[in-house]
Amino acid sequence: MGIRATARIVADGGTLPLLAGDGPLALRRTRTAGPDLRVTVVGAMSAPLGGDRLAIEAEVREATRLTVDAAAATLSLPGRGGEPAHYDTALTVGERAELHWLPEPVVAARGSVLRMHTRVHLAATARLVLREEQVLGRHREAPGTLVTRLSVHRGGRPLLDGELACGPGAPGGWDGPAVLGGHRAAGQLLVVDPAFGGQPPGPRSLGPTAALAPLAGPAVLVTAVAEDGRELRAVLDRALAELTARTD
Amino acid sequence: MTSLATTTAPAAPRPAPAGGRPGPRPAAGRAALLVLADGRFPAGGHAHSGGMEAAVAAGRVRDAAGLAAFCRGRLHTAGLTAAGLAAAAAHGHDPAVLDAAADARTPSPALRTAARRLGRQLLRAARAAWPAPELDALAAAFPRGAHQPVVLGTTARAAGLGPEDAAHCAVYEAVSGPATAAVRLLGLDPFQASAVLARLAPELDEVAARAAAAARQGPEALPAASAPLLDITAEDHASWPVRLFAS
Repeated sequence: MGIRATARIVADGGTLPLLAGDGPLALRRTRTAGPDLRVTVVGAMSAPLGGDRLAIEAEVREATRLTVDAAAATLSLPGRGGEPAHYDTALTVGERAELHWLPEPVVAARGSVLRMHTRVHLAATARLVLREEQVLGRHREAPGTLVTRLSVHRGGRPLLDGELACGPGAPGGWDGPAVLGGHRAAGQLLVVDPAFGGQPPGPRSLGPTAALAPLAGPAVLVTAVAEDGRELRAVLDRALAELTARTD
Repeated sequence: MTSLATTTAPAAPRPAPAGGRPGPRPAAGRAALLVLADGRFPAGGHAHSGGMEAAVAAGRVRDAAGLAAFCRGRLHTAGLTAAGLAAAAAHGHDPAVLDAAADARTPSPALRTAARRLGRQLLRAARAAWPAPELDALAAAFPRGAHQPVVLGTTARAAGLGPEDAAHCAVYEAVSGPATAAVRLLGLDPFQASAVLARLAPELDEVAARAAAAARQGPEALPAASAPLLDITAEDHASWPVRLFAS
C-alpha cells in the first residue's frame, strides 16, 4: 500500500478559505504582482511512487481569479510491488471565475506506472488556461508507463475528453507514426474563454509537430509533441503568450 | 467475436439493451455485417486515408513495417474511441449525447468536419439499405451529419446487428482505410498491406471487445484514447491545396 493524500484549495474573492496540503503535496500561497491569488504546489519531487493515490481538488468560486503552479516537476517512480500510482485532479471554476492551472511536467521514470485523470467542470462564463506536459523518462532514460486523461465539461456539456497512453505498458503503436512518432514529450494547452464566442482562433499549424485547434465551443487546444520537455515548453509558452495576449 | 461466432439466422431476439431505448431486435447474421463492413458499401470511406497521407508526406511511414506501426497506434487510439461510440449507439443510447461525446473526443476541426461528412454519407446509404425510423430521426436531428461512429452504431442497430458488430466495423475501418491509402500513396504491394491487416486481426478483436464492454456501462464509461500526431497533422493536411485524400 502506498500513500493516500488529497490536497484541497478553495479560492473565493480575494481569499483562500481552504488551503490544505496533504502528505507529499504541500501548498503555499505565493506572491503575485496584482490582486490575483496564486498557489504553488511544492515538494512533489519524490512522488508519486507505485501504489500511491494522490489527488488535488481546487474550487474557484464566482468572480475569483486563481493561478496554480508548481515548484518542480512531478516524477513518477516505480513502487515496490509494481502496482500503478494514481494521481487525480478535480477542478471546478464558477461563474465569471478564472483559473490558470500551470503545473510542471510529469516525468515517467523507467519502471514506473502512473494513471492520471484531470476532471474540469467549468461554469458557462468561466475562463480557464490549463497546461499539461508529459515527459517519457529522465535524461536518456527508458520511459515508464503513463496514462493521462483530461476531461473538461463546460456548462454541464462535454468540451474536451482525451487520453494519452504511452510507455512499455501502453497498447501497441504508442511510439509509432500515428501517436508519438518517437518523440519523448507531449503536451497540451487549453484556453477556454466565453469571449471567443463562436469564433475561437485557428486552426493553425505551429510547426511540424504542433497545432492550434478550435474546439466545438469557445475554446482552443494546442497539441504538441517534441524531442524533450524543454522543446515542448518553448512551443507551449509561445502559444500561451499569444493566446493570453488576445484574451486579456 | 462472440456475435460472429454464435449468431446464425434466424436467431433468438437479443436482450433489451441496458440503459438505452429498450426493445429486442431480431438478430441478423453474418451477411448483414459483411454488407456493412464491405469497402464497396457506398459510404464514402475510400476518400479518406485516416491520417496516412500526412504521415507518408512527413516521412513517418515508408514501408509495410511503418504501415503496421501506424495502424496499430490508430487502432488503439482513434479506433478504440470510435468503436466505443459505435457500440453505444448500437445499444440505443441517445445519439445526441454520443455526438457531443464524439465532438469532445475530436479536438481537430478538420477531423470533426470529416467525421460529420462521413456520417452523412453513411446515413444516406444506410437509409436505403436498412430503412428504419431511428435512421430517419438521426437525419432529421443532424442535417449537417452526425459523427460517423454514431451513425455506424445506429445503422448496425437498424440492420439487426449488435454493439460488438458495430465495434468490429469501427475498428476494421480504423485500419483498413490507412492500409488501402498506403497502397496508393507508397505503391505498397497490396499483398503486404493485407498481411498487415491479417496480423492485426487478434488485436482488432480485443479492441472491439473492450469498446463493447465499455459501451455496456453507458456513455460515461466510453474510452477517449487519442493520438497526438493524428490530431496535429490533420489540420495541416486539410490546408494542402492538392491532396489525394480528404483526411
